[in-house]
Amino acid sequence: MINPDSVGRTFDSADLVTVTQSEIDAFAVVIGETDTRVAPPTFSIRITLSQFESILTQPEIGVDWQRLVHGDQKFEIYRPVIAGDIFKCSATIETLRSVAGNEIISVRSDLHNGSELVVSSWATLVVRG
Amino acid sequence: MIEVGTILPTKVFYLDRGLLKAYADASGDQNPIHQSEEFALSVGLPNVIAHGMLTMALVGKFITDWAGGSANVKEFSARFIKPVIVPAGEKIDLTVTATVVEIDGAKIKLDCAATSAGVKVLGMAKAVIIQ
Repeated sequence: MINPDSVGRTFDSADLVTVTQSEIDAFAVVIGETDTRVAPPTFSIRITLSQFESILTQPEIGVDWQRLVHGDQKFEIYRPVIAGDIFKCSATIETLRSVAGNEIISVRSDLHNGSELVVSSWATLVVRG
Repeated sequence: MIEVGTILPTKVFYLDRGLLKAYADASGDQNPIHQSEEFALSVGLPNVIAHGMLTMALVGKFITDWAGGSANVKEFSARFIKPVIVPAGEKIDLTVTATVVEIDGAKIKLDCAATSAGVKVLGMAKAVIIQ
């Protein structure tokens, strides 16, 4: 059971994440993208998913990552991610509900480079009961 | 001429275990359901399944190509409705197309369709690109 008090809370990452060209290149090569001047549209999941994992698996929230299924994903890309971006990640647990024995969590992530919001993304994560 | 109702030419991607491993490394998502058949079976899956985000990334590549580059993709969303099952030694198709559903100045909204072995794997797959 996930702690219902976590709804509405925003968690800021402890560390800044620097995007490297080699990370962009490695992601691009998998999908056959040869232009790596900017990151592919879904690249930022590399940053946000690991952040969600570190937040949601904290004992005070209590998600079992092994039982987690990705339900949906949305990105709003205000400008493309590029090598050298230094991101502060803020993740907010927006809603939590129980459906047919599964717990469904909606999380939002904002990636800021300094004061500039670069990407917002939303994920629905399903913890199978 | 791009207008509402224009259907983009279909593209077929192929997924195999090697691609899943490459995506796991590139994305950092090392969940064993995407690499280990033994583990996948132990959690009730029929076999290793592709990362939903890999299928989404490939649809993203399709959109990017049509949009003239990653920089032109402003919004992208999808629901993971069916896993893409990837048995060892096989190449599994991911067949992608999209339809123009709205044009608003330089903004074009697309509804995307992604199927594997004839089965729809992404739902509500939508993108907004800038011309």
